[in-house]
Amino acid sequence: MSSGTTDFEALLREALTPVDPPEDLTARMELKLVNLTELAQEELEAWELSAMRDPRNWVRPAAAVVIGAGAGTALVVLRVRSRHRTRKQQSSSRFDLAQRTLQDIRVEARRILPNR
Amino acid sequence: MVEEVPTDKAELDARFTELYRRHVRDVYSYSYYRVGNHYDAEDLTEQTFLQAYRHFERALRESDGRPLRPWLIRIAHNLAANFYRDRSRKPESAIEDAGLISAPHTTESLVEGREELKAILEGVSQLPDDRREALIMRFALGMDNREIARALGRTDGATKVLLHRAIRQLEGMVSTNGNEESGR
Repeated sequence: MSSGTTDFEALLREALTPVDPPEDLTARMELKLVNLTELAQEELEAWELSAMRDPRNWVRPAAAVVIGAGAGTALVVLRVRSRHRTRKQQSSSRFDLAQRTLQDIRVEARRILPNR
Repeated sequence: MVEEVPTDKAELDARFTELYRRHVRDVYSYSYYRVGNHYDAEDLTEQTFLQAYRHFERALRESDGRPLRPWLIRIAHNLAANFYRDRSRKPESAIEDAGLISAPHTTESLVEGREELKAILEGVSQLPDDRREALIMRFALGMDNREIARALGRTDGATKVLLHRAIRQLEGMVSTNGNEESGR
C-alpha cells in the first residue's frame, strides 16, 4: 500500500470522527418509551408493542443521567393524551394512529423538555 | 459454538442494556453520517434500538456467538433507507447541520480550520450510497471487512472491492476539487 493511500486513509479516519450522542439521548428515549407504553397501548398495537417486554427495563439501567418523571414529563403525557380523539379522527388506520401518536410525543417532548 | 440465550427476562434485559451501552455511539455515529443532522440521527438511533429490542432474543439465538454490531447497523441501515424513501429526500451535508443540537462535540468543531477534512466530508456525502456507507462503517465505526459485509449483506470479497473503490473515488473527487480551488 502506498504512503499516499495510507495518508489519505488517515485523513479519512480523522474526517469521519465518531460522533457522540447527546448526553440526554438515553433520558429522552426513556421518556418516549414510558409514554409509549403507558399512554398508548391501544394505539400501538400496530407496532406490536404489546408483544414486547417492557423497554423501561433496559432503558432505565442504561441511562447515563438520572432524571425524574417530574412535572415536565407529566405535561407531555397530558398534552399528548388530550389530542387522542383528534388523532383518532384524522387517522386512516391503526398504524397511522400509532405514527401520529409517536410524532406528537416527539414534538411535545422537544417543546416541553428541550434539555432532556 | 451456539450462543447461550438467557431464558430469564431480567437477564435478557441486562444483556440488551450491555449491547446498548456498548454500541449507542456506533449507531448514533452511523445515523448522523447517514442523515446529516442530530435531530434525525436521534430519531434513527431510537428506532434502531426499539427494533433491536423487539428481535433481540432471536438475534442472540441466531448469532452463534458472533458480535451483534453488524446486525444493529443493518437495522439502522434499513431504517435510514426507509427514512429517505418516506420523505423523498437526500442526505444532507454532514457538516452543514452539525451544530444544530448541542452535542459533546460535533464534526463541525472537529474539522474547523481543516479544509482538507471538510472537502473529504463533502466528498463522502456525494458518493453512491453503498460506497458512502462502507466508508462510514470502516472509518467512523472502525468495523472490519467481515463486519461490514454482514451489515451490508455482501460477501467479504465484494466488501473489500467496494471499500477499495470508494476510497479511490473519494480520493479522486477530493484531488479534483483541490486542483480546481488552487487554479482559481
